[in-house]
Amino acid sequence: MKTDKMNLRWKLAIGACLVAGLCLVITGCGRKGDGTSSTGGKNTIQNTGSDTMVNIAQAWAEAYDEVKPSVSIEVAGGGSGTGVAAMINGTVDIANCSREMTQEEIDQAEKNTGKTPKKHIVAYDGVAIFVHKNNPMNEITFKQLAEIYGESGKIDNWSQLDVQLPSGASDEIVRVGRQNSSGTFYYFREEVLGERRDFKLGSRDLNGSKEVVELISRTPGAIGYSGMGYDTEEVKMLHVAEAEGEEATEPTVENVISGHYPLSRPLYMYSLGEPTGEVKAYLDWVHTPKAQLIVRECGYVPMPSITNVTEETPDLSTSSTNSAQ
Amino acid sequence: MGRGRLEIIAESLIEWVIRLCGISAIIFIFAIFLFVFKEGAEFLFNELDLTEFFFSKEWYPTSGYNKRYGVLALIVGTGSVTILAMLIAVPFGLGAAVFISEFCGPRLKESLKILIELLAAIPSVVWGFIGLTVINQLIIHVFNAPVGLNILNGGIILALMSVPIIVSIGEDALKAVPDSYREAAVAMGATRWQLIRRVLLPAAKNGLLAAALLGVGRAVGETMAVLMATGHSVNMPNSVLDSVRTLTATIAAELGEAPVNSDHYQVLFIIGLLLFSITFVVNMTADLIVRGVRKK
Repeated sequence: MKTDKMNLRWKLAIGACLVAGLCLVITGCGRKGDGTSSTGGKNTIQNTGSDTMVNIAQAWAEAYDEVKPSVSIEVAGGGSGTGVAAMINGTVDIANCSREMTQEEIDQAEKNTGKTPKKHIVAYDGVAIFVHKNNPMNEITFKQLAEIYGESGKIDNWSQLDVQLPSGASDEIVRVGRQNSSGTFYYFREEVLGERRDFKLGSRDLNGSKEVVELISRTPGAIGYSGMGYDTEEVKMLHVAEAEGEEATEPTVENVISGHYPLSRPLYMYSLGEPTGEVKAYLDWVHTPKAQLIVRECGYVPMPSITNVTEETPDLSTSSTNSAQ
Repeated sequence: MGRGRLEIIAESLIEWVIRLCGISAIIFIFAIFLFVFKEGAEFLFNELDLTEFFFSKEWYPTSGYNKRYGVLALIVGTGSVTILAMLIAVPFGLGAAVFISEFCGPRLKESLKILIELLAAIPSVVWGFIGLTVINQLIIHVFNAPVGLNILNGGIILALMSVPIIVSIGEDALKAVPDSYREAAVAMGATRWQLIRRVLLPAAKNGLLAAALLGVGRAVGETMAVLMATGHSVNMPNSVLDSVRTLTATIAAELGEAPVNSDHYQVLFIIGLLLFSITFVVNMTADLIVRGVRKK
């Protein structure tokens, strides 16, 4: 009798060890990011990165589900840097990026995975300057922005810009920005502050494009930058002029396409090496007119070749567009 | 025959399993410490300027031309939010513990305990969201502050999060005081206030201190809620209405995007080491205080 009991305990103990071991084996067998993984007959494409692009990436993934139900696209945000980091580690198929990968990052990815990340421009975006909807300001210049955001910049109060906020709001400019590894952060720094200037410390560095607009809509004295696709009723987008005396331009789809809006940028998807199989099919589909229509619906700017504005391509590097017909 | 042998083996096996469980905590702590240390060690010994690290408030880990790694503002941020949270949470928490254990009837006691434990079950992201929306608006309106994401907001949120821990551990400590103490005090003609102040609080001192310190630990280590509620702004605060950024929030916001093994990545691990040391010192002090109290 007692022996039986002991035997049972033995078996239980061994069983527990086996279960624990099995768990380790299962979790240890992570996918090694070469191409798509298939689970239960369905192909999965991992798509991570830019927070600016997460809306459009999600909309594409949903639409693609109807085009090709056998493929599911798993979209995650987190920031361009997250996508790049995942690409370097070889854990994503497509990395969304609102900035270009740096040479250092490309080298690292080559070293780790043996493949060179390939850039595909998939849409365009305008970075808009947002203020609270009750803010009387309508226009802003790069110089003013640099003085507000740049290190040792001199503008800290709205009165310095001759802006009288509605009563009750404090005069301090509440600077809202992005965390220091966001693609939008990099883009804004390069365009507005220049290569050799950093941000003034003390801006509220939020973790998402949407959070920026959310905070501004609740803070009368706030100013911030975020993708124009995140515009809401509660905030106002300022017209922006690159140089003083120039006419300030409104961030609209047309102005981004024509290149008149000074804060326009391409949005990228990176694949590891030349895309193949389902990843290639997806990237090709993303460039079709139907997919580019979704771009517009989401508040971003479609590829110029699709919108027939070919003679006025945006003033941006379009070196390796994956033109798809 | 076989029975005896099996029994012996099983017994020693179980003994070993239990022993392993006992020392596993130590193994894990050391493994975690070693891992964190290993990730940051190279930069810590070769390049990091410790004076800059501790005494500069300039945190520019991704600067294009002049990377600076000063965490003074982050340390001040963590410190100020924690102190404010404890100023709110400790009196409230211990007061609630005393009330629950000494004043209320069994029914109210049970429902209060359940409610307070429910408070502990709210995820920190939800707390952060409350901070971002509700408390943000409140602070702007009540204090006419330029922005509602600041030390006050973070402190309130953290206080609400640590109160449940302080209450439940404090209540346990008070419950552990033998009833004979209470009976003796009442027999001597002590009022309730005297009973609590002269008998219960001194008797439960260690437990109450542990409760408060666990609250501190919770506050120092909390990440998501403070990330959303404090404004996440590298800033030396002048008042509780200024935005700050904490050590934990910095790691959370930046680690996912820092290229593995870059300087930035390693500095974030060094911040992790710093946090580790802070909690270690807090726990050690608590331990020493408790021992000191015991010796008397």
